[in-house]
Amino acid sequence: MSTPVTESAPIPARPLPASYRSTKVRRQRVRAAWYFLAPMLVTLAMVAGWPLLRTFYFSFTDASLSDLGDTLFIGLENYLVYDDGRWFGVLADPVWWRAVWNTVYFSVVSVSLEVVFGVIVALILNAEFKGRTLVRAAVLIPWAIPTIVSAQMWAWMLNDQFGIINHLLMGVGLIDSPIAWTADAAYSMWAVIMVDVWKTTPFVALLVLAALQMLPKDCYEAAEVDGIHPLKVFFRVTLPLITPALMVAVIFRLLDALRVFDVIYVLTSNSTSTMSMSIYARQQLVEFQDVGYGSAASTLLFLVIALATIAYLYLGRKQLQLGGE
Amino acid sequence: MTSHQFSKLTVRLGFWLLVALVVVMAVFPFYYAIKTSFTPSGDLFRVELWPTRTTLANYLQIFSQRSFLQAIFNSVVVATSVVFIALLLGITASYALGRVRFRGRTTVLLVILGVSMFPQVAVLSGLFEVIRALNLYNNPGGLILSYTIFTLPFTVWVLTTFMRQLPMELEEAAIMDGATPWVTITKVFLPLMWPAMATTGLLAFIAAWNEFLFALTFTLTDSQRTVPVAIALLSGGSAYELPWGPIMAASVVVTVPLVILVIIFQRRIVSGLTAGAVKG
Repeated sequence: MSTPVTESAPIPARPLPASYRSTKVRRQRVRAAWYFLAPMLVTLAMVAGWPLLRTFYFSFTDASLSDLGDTLFIGLENYLVYDDGRWFGVLADPVWWRAVWNTVYFSVVSVSLEVVFGVIVALILNAEFKGRTLVRAAVLIPWAIPTIVSAQMWAWMLNDQFGIINHLLMGVGLIDSPIAWTADAAYSMWAVIMVDVWKTTPFVALLVLAALQMLPKDCYEAAEVDGIHPLKVFFRVTLPLITPALMVAVIFRLLDALRVFDVIYVLTSNSTSTMSMSIYARQQLVEFQDVGYGSAASTLLFLVIALATIAYLYLGRKQLQLGGE
Repeated sequence: MTSHQFSKLTVRLGFWLLVALVVVMAVFPFYYAIKTSFTPSGDLFRVELWPTRTTLANYLQIFSQRSFLQAIFNSVVVATSVVFIALLLGITASYALGRVRFRGRTTVLLVILGVSMFPQVAVLSGLFEVIRALNLYNNPGGLILSYTIFTLPFTVWVLTTFMRQLPMELEEAAIMDGATPWVTITKVFLPLMWPAMATTGLLAFIAAWNEFLFALTFTLTDSQRTVPVAIALLSGGSAYELPWGPIMAASVVVTVPLVILVIIFQRRIVSGLTAGAVKG
C-alpha cells in the first residue's frame, strides 16, 4: 500500500486520512458498498419495481384475477374507448371521477385541519408547564392506535342509535334527532375526515414540535422585552422558521391521504359517497376480479401521486428560492 | 386585583383549558373503547360515561375463538419477521449509503424515497402475481414479503441518517487496523447502532402490525389472517346487530401493547420520526 506516512508526523491523526483516501482502500469500499446494497436492491425490485411494471402492463390487457397467465393485449381500452356510440373505460366512469373528487377533497380538508391542529398542539407541548411529559404521552395515543381499531372505535361512537356522539350532541341541544354519521351521504365524508384528523394530528404535532425546539431562544426574549404581541411574533417569527418542517409534514401526510384505504373501508365500506381511488381500484381488482381494469385505475392513482410529488417538490424549491432572495 | 393580573390569570386559565381539551380529545375515544369492552351486551343501548355494571364476558368470548388467537399469533410472526428482515438488509445498505461515497448513491437514495411514497394499490396486481408464483398466497410468508415494500425503504432511510452521524475517526481507526468493511460494520458500528435499530425496529413493527390492505387481499381464510383484518371482519356478520362489545375488547387487546410501547419509547419514537419523517 502506497501510504505516504511521514516519519516526522507529530500528530498521529494526520496520516490517517491519507491512507483512507488511498485508491485501493477506496475501491475496496466502493465494491463492498455495492455488495451491501445488493440484497436490499434485489428485494425492492422484487416487491416494488417488478410488481409496478406488471401493474402497468396489466392495465393494457384483459387480465382477470382467476387467470393472470392467459391475457390479451387490448391497448387503451381499460382507460378509454369509444364503442357503439358510448365511451367506456375508467376515464369514462362517473364512479371513478367521484372517487377522484372524494380523495382530493378528503386529502385537502384533512391535511389542512391536521396542520392547523398539529401546530396548536405543538405550541402547547412546547410551553413549559407541569405534567408536560404526561400530556405529550397522552397526545401520542391516537397515533399508536392501529387505523382499523380507531375506525372501529369511532364507528361505535358515531353509531346512530347507541353512539355517544349523537347522545352528547342531543344532550347539549345541538341536534334533535340522531344522525346516521357513517351511513348518511351528507355526513359520512365528515365522519371519515374526523377520524383521520384525530389519528394523524399527533404525527404533525411531533414534527412541528421538533422544529419548535430547534428555534433560537434569544429572539423571543427580545420580542418579549419589546412588548410585541405573541400572535404577531408567531406569524412573523415562528411560522416562517417552522415552514420547512411543516412542508415535510404536509408532503408525507398528503401522499398518505391520497392513497387512503383502511379508514374509509372500515367506516363506510363501499359507499360511493366516500369511495377513494384506492378503494375503487381494489374493488375492481379483487371483488370484480377485473385485473386489467383495476390496474388501469391503480396506474392512474400512481400517476396522480407522482404528479403531486413532482408539483410539490417544484413549488417547494421555488418557494425556498424566493425565501432566499 | 389589577387588570394586568386579571388578564394574566385569564391567559393561564385559558391555557389549562386548552391543555385539558387536547388531553380529553386524545384519550377519550380509547377510554370509551375500554369502557365498552367491559360493558355487558345488555347495557350497550344505555349510553353512559361510566359503566354501571362490568363484565369480562366480551374478553372471554374473543379469547375463546381460536381464529382470534391465531390472528394474534400470525400478526406477531409477520411483524417480527418483517422487522428482522428489514433491519438485516437495512443495516448493511445504510452503511453503504451513509459511509461510502460512490457514483449512483444519490440515485439509490431517490429510488428508496420513491418506493416509500408508492400507493400500495399500484403494486397490488403485480404483487399478487409474484405471491402466487412463489406459492405464498394465503400464507403469512406472502405478507412478510409484501410488507418489506414499506418497512425496508423506511428502515434504510432512518438508519442511513443515524449512520452518517457516527464519527469518522472510528472507521478510520478500523481501516488502519486492516478491518474489512464487513468487520467494520459488525464490530465497530453495530454496537453503536443499537439505539437507532431499536427505534426503527419499533416503528417498522408498528407499521407491520397495523397494515390492512395487503393483509386483506393476500389472505383468504380465518386461520391465516392478521389482527387488523380479524377486527375489521368481526363486523362483517350482520349489518344490524354488530357485536360491539367483543369488537371493542379485541381492539383493546391489540392496542394496549402498542400504546404501552409508544409511551415507554416516546422520546426515541419522536427522534426516529423526525429523522425519517416517514408516515405515522
